[in-house]
Amino acid sequence: MTDNVQSVGLPDERPPANTVGPIAWLRSNLFNSWYNAILTILVLALLVSAIPPFVGWLLVNAHGFDSTSTVCRQDAGGACWGFIGEKLRFIMFGMFPWDEQWRPLLTICVFIALLVASCDRRFWKPWFGLVWAAGLTLVAILMWGGVFGLTYVENTLWGGLPLTIILSVIGLAVAFPVSILLALGRRSDMPAVKVLCVTYIELIRGVPLISLLFMASVMLPLFLPNGVSVDKLLRAQIAFIMFAAAYMAEAIRGGLQAIPKGQYEAADGLGLSYWQKMRKIILPQALAIAIPPLVNTFISFFKDTSLVIIIGLYDLLGTAKAALSDPSWRGFYREAYLFIGVIYWIFCFSMSKYSQKLERDLNRGHRR
Amino acid sequence: MSQAMSQGTKPKHTLSGEEIIRCTGVNKWYGEFHVLKNINLNVQKGERIVVCGPSGSGKSTMIRCLNRLEEHQKGTIVIDGIELTNNLKNIELVRREVGMVFQHFNLFPHLTVLENCTLAPIWVRKMPKAEAEERAMSYLTRVRIAEQARKYPGQLSGGQQQRVAIARSLCMSPKVMLFDEPTSALDPEMVKEVLDVMIGLAEDGMTMLCVTHEMGFAKSVADRVIFMDRGEIVEQDTPDEFFSNPKSDRTRLFLSQILNH
Ligand SMILES: Nc1ncnc2c1ncn2[C@@H]1O[C@H](COP(=O)(O)OP(=O)(O)OP(=O)(O)O)[C@@H](O)[C@H]1O
Ligand SMILES: [Mg+2]
Repeated sequence: MTDNVQSVGLPDERPPANTVGPIAWLRSNLFNSWYNAILTILVLALLVSAIPPFVGWLLVNAHGFDSTSTVCRQDAGGACWGFIGEKLRFIMFGMFPWDEQWRPLLTICVFIALLVASCDRRFWKPWFGLVWAAGLTLVAILMWGGVFGLTYVENTLWGGLPLTIILSVIGLAVAFPVSILLALGRRSDMPAVKVLCVTYIELIRGVPLISLLFMASVMLPLFLPNGVSVDKLLRAQIAFIMFAAAYMAEAIRGGLQAIPKGQYEAADGLGLSYWQKMRKIILPQALAIAIPPLVNTFISFFKDTSLVIIIGLYDLLGTAKAALSDPSWRGFYREAYLFIGVIYWIFCFSMSKYSQKLERDLNRGHRR
Repeated sequence: MSQAMSQGTKPKHTLSGEEIIRCTGVNKWYGEFHVLKNINLNVQKGERIVVCGPSGSGKSTMIRCLNRLEEHQKGTIVIDGIELTNNLKNIELVRREVGMVFQHFNLFPHLTVLENCTLAPIWVRKMPKAEAEERAMSYLTRVRIAEQARKYPGQLSGGQQQRVAIARSLCMSPKVMLFDEPTSALDPEMVKEVLDVMIGLAEDGMTMLCVTHEMGFAKSVADRVIFMDRGEIVEQDTPDEFFSNPKSDRTRLFLSQILNH
């Protein structure tokens, strides 16, 4: 009974040897039950049977970037990177004049610089809009040319990665503010505004993107007065913006719904106007909540730009396909799709990683 | 009961007689439900009023009508000479002059304590940031929480959050402060720190309307106690009269219920 009270503190002891170290980790994570053990063994077997042949194809037996298609066809045991070696510039820049291809390359660099800078929250200030405007002007000059001694390049010749980036970045950048307005409108007290926003969102969401692109390229010209023509790229861009805005509006509405009524009342009670309340109190919280679904939309739209192939624009996927139609390189589709797959993956994975970091940063401090 | 009242150390003050709130024949319905019935209420500058009554009697609804968080459908409400109508300009003007403290604090979780306090002065009163921060710090000092100014609301205790909420309202230099059960969401040991701040405000002559079940606060601070039941003001009187000599049966029933534990 007297032992109930511990008068002297117990000394620190090391944990038992069988609960720490790699063996313990294996046991508790991979072999903690019989079905888990079976799963572990199955997965291992699968990896052992799949990885060596893949690495063999990808690297060991592969032909280098300077190989020719004849060599590759004679020994088909490995990847033929000669295809990428020869077609790289076509896949990346499409039909852009060969000697001018430094311009789309620079365009890609400008976009990446803008995007990387935009990731830094210190730049989330109104003046950064001017930086974007300057960046986009530079992009327009580079791509179109016609000034400063640059030859004029029609936008029908644009293609490859710059086209993919232009469609998705400009599309999402314009769609984002529009979607905020749509989401606010959908929750508005004004019936007319509300009906308009709901109708728009539901109409667009009920139609596949492909049909919207078709409509934009085939039907829109029918409605325009004679002599007025909007170019194909712009039409596709508009279709993308309309589509993305509707989806993002729903993601943002989800965030708005999660904000407690008390936040609106506190803002009202302090005398903030509607727009002050939205900008300073409601949207910062709602957008932070909406980051996961928003990034989801961003990622799917980045990939959906590949649908423009159906209206005859050559984005990254389109140029890869076109490269494959060269008779001497027909059949090397694995190399082509792996290559552009990796490019898409790098972009999408960076978005995903960044959004996780942003979520953590925004939630730091004010979580209970 | 009568002994408890005479202990009250009520700060002496004389009222100016100048009227700041005038409600005449105010009625409100939620659909078919008549939640406020013919409310007539005049409040003078510097007056401290405690509103009490059973749950669901319309106390919150009444004080929320005073800054138009709820809309009344009949009657007139005039605050500091401005009538509350659908006119948005008037509503914004009134809200600048009327501070409100909520049961659940409603601090802005994405802003620091200091930013919570400076937001409205900067955006609504167009005050320069430095001045707003200086004033905010002085109010935060007054509610004894200045050292937490850089923290986020989620890092504070309930009592601290409610004191920040009071400071946030004060930063707008309101002419009237409305409190809707400011201590009912708090753990018992935190009630006192919030009540102390409110008593301090009362001593400084702030016009206050306070919905609360803290009868000790009512006795020691209030100039007038208003009892509401089923949407009506049943009785209003000085705390001495109200607690020792209630006029209506409903008041007596209510008092016996809340004072018996
Ligand atoms: N938005 C609303 N819609 C319909 N009825 C409501 C609404 N808000 C409140 N009520 C009803 O109005 C009545 C008065 O509510 P109110 O919140 O003013 O009461 P209260 O006196 O503050 O009560 P409590 O002490 O519980 O806070 C209640 O019966 C409540 O159910
Ligand atoms: Mg209430």
